[in-house]
Amino acid sequence: MSSIISVANLSKTYGSGFKALKNVNLDIKRGEIFALLGPNGAGKTTLISIICGIANPSAGRVLVGGEDIQTSYRKARSLIGLVPQELHTDAFESVWATVSFSRGLFGKPKNPDHIEKVLKDLSLWDKKDNKIITLSGGMKRRVMIAKALSHEPQILFLDEPTAGVDVELRKGMWEVVRGLQQSGVTIILTTHYIEEAEEMADRIGVINKGEIVLVEDKATLMQKLGKKRLTLHLQGKIASLPESLAHYELELCDSGATLVYDYDTKGERTGITSLLGDLRTAGIRFNDLDTTQSSLEDIFVDLVRTS
Amino acid sequence: MNHRAIRAIYLFEMARTWRTLLQSIVSPVVSTSLYFVVFGAAIGSRISQVEGVSYGTFIVPGLIMLSVLTQSIANASFGIYFPKFTGTIYEILSAPISYFEIVLGYVGAAATKSIILGLIILATAGLFVPLHIQHPVWMLAFLVLTAVTFSLFGFIIGIWADGFEKLQMIPMLVVTPLTFLGGSFYSIDMLPAGWRTVALLNPVVYLISGFRWSFYEIADVSVSVSIGMTLAFLVICLVVIWWIFRTGYRLKN
Repeated sequence: MSSIISVANLSKTYGSGFKALKNVNLDIKRGEIFALLGPNGAGKTTLISIICGIANPSAGRVLVGGEDIQTSYRKARSLIGLVPQELHTDAFESVWATVSFSRGLFGKPKNPDHIEKVLKDLSLWDKKDNKIITLSGGMKRRVMIAKALSHEPQILFLDEPTAGVDVELRKGMWEVVRGLQQSGVTIILTTHYIEEAEEMADRIGVINKGEIVLVEDKATLMQKLGKKRLTLHLQGKIASLPESLAHYELELCDSGATLVYDYDTKGERTGITSLLGDLRTAGIRFNDLDTTQSSLEDIFVDLVRTS
Repeated sequence: MNHRAIRAIYLFEMARTWRTLLQSIVSPVVSTSLYFVVFGAAIGSRISQVEGVSYGTFIVPGLIMLSVLTQSIANASFGIYFPKFTGTIYEILSAPISYFEIVLGYVGAAATKSIILGLIILATAGLFVPLHIQHPVWMLAFLVLTAVTFSLFGFIIGIWADGFEKLQMIPMLVVTPLTFLGGSFYSIDMLPAGWRTVALLNPVVYLISGFRWSFYEIADVSVSVSIGMTLAFLVICLVVIWWIFRTGYRLKN
């Protein structure tokens, strides 16, 4: 898949001296859903703002659809639809007027059929004549998506699209995003909800303290970093582990009532069979066991802590 | 040129005018009518003619300028400040539109409103006093030039302001006094010699003088100086706006 966005050596230092981005390199593939994860203040919004033209870069280069965002900003920006994090809407305009305004702003000729389709897809059609101020938060969020889609962009940035949105609406939004991907739109979303990235993304990037810490296919990431944990519930408490089990690096928990063993599912050997054999030899019996796999959240927390 | 974007911004701003018709058009007309009642009829009846023109007639160009100046600044500054305040400026900044086109949309709409307003006030004045415009083309030229120049100035204030207080500060504390002292209601020849010199430092004097000349061929300063000063202010505003966009001052981080 070819890159639709290419970020090279991008840095951003604010007037206060704060370095929001440090030499960021990132390629977004055409047609993918890319989730950018990171804690507050990691640089997610700054990165998006620079790509979209809202903030100036301090150094580096960004190409959108092969067009430089600074020297060829018209072509680059016309490919992008942006849904910012905050609910920035006009209060007294009607839904129809504000979405049509966005289309005009991006230099597209009037197309009421397209606006109608966008509003219907986002379940806003029956609100088209309502003033924005009368809409609920969730509806305003959808109006912002409608504005971003009004000019038929090839790339859609969704900055925290489901922040403060209830579960049902969030799932509805995911459906919309999937539908957009199927129609060929490349989607970049930032999110705090790991579940969202896990559910939606084809690839995941993690940004922390202005640096891209990792970019990986979601499946590979989860497989590569996804460790499993075996927990054995012992029949009786033990005070310490026999020497013969030392090389398994077991952890004795719950005052000696459970044994915990971490293993790598991708490893050639998990060591489970021999562990169970050695436990029997050592006379340690258990009456239950369970295994758990690290979630993306564990992986994320791990990465952010160590980076 | 992204003419559709210019049109979108222009129509959006004009739509705001029609939506707030009372505030945008009706209230300046009402206040101007009050000026006529107070200065023209009540006080003016006790003042003899000024340079061969009755006082009520004399103040018409000044009154129009007073409204055009203040409304140009108010319209343009509010037009660009409001998207900054609500955050919707993100859309303007991320659109495929040049800075020149942004200014054209906002300033064009603000100036249009002021010109419409100026013409409405002129028509209203016609109901109170007899009017004769000696140089209608020049009158329109001065009106357009002033509306555009002060809309640009308002645009600068709107970018600079980071709160409603600042938005009001320059128009209230600087522009209104300058307009009142700029010969709206009198000829600066009426002032003592010392104050006359001080008055000539006021840029508004040149605007009103030129505008009044287009009506009655009477002026405090020569017409060419009036045009020159207005154009100079226009150029200064353009340079400041060019700098604002070049640096992203108060718009981009």
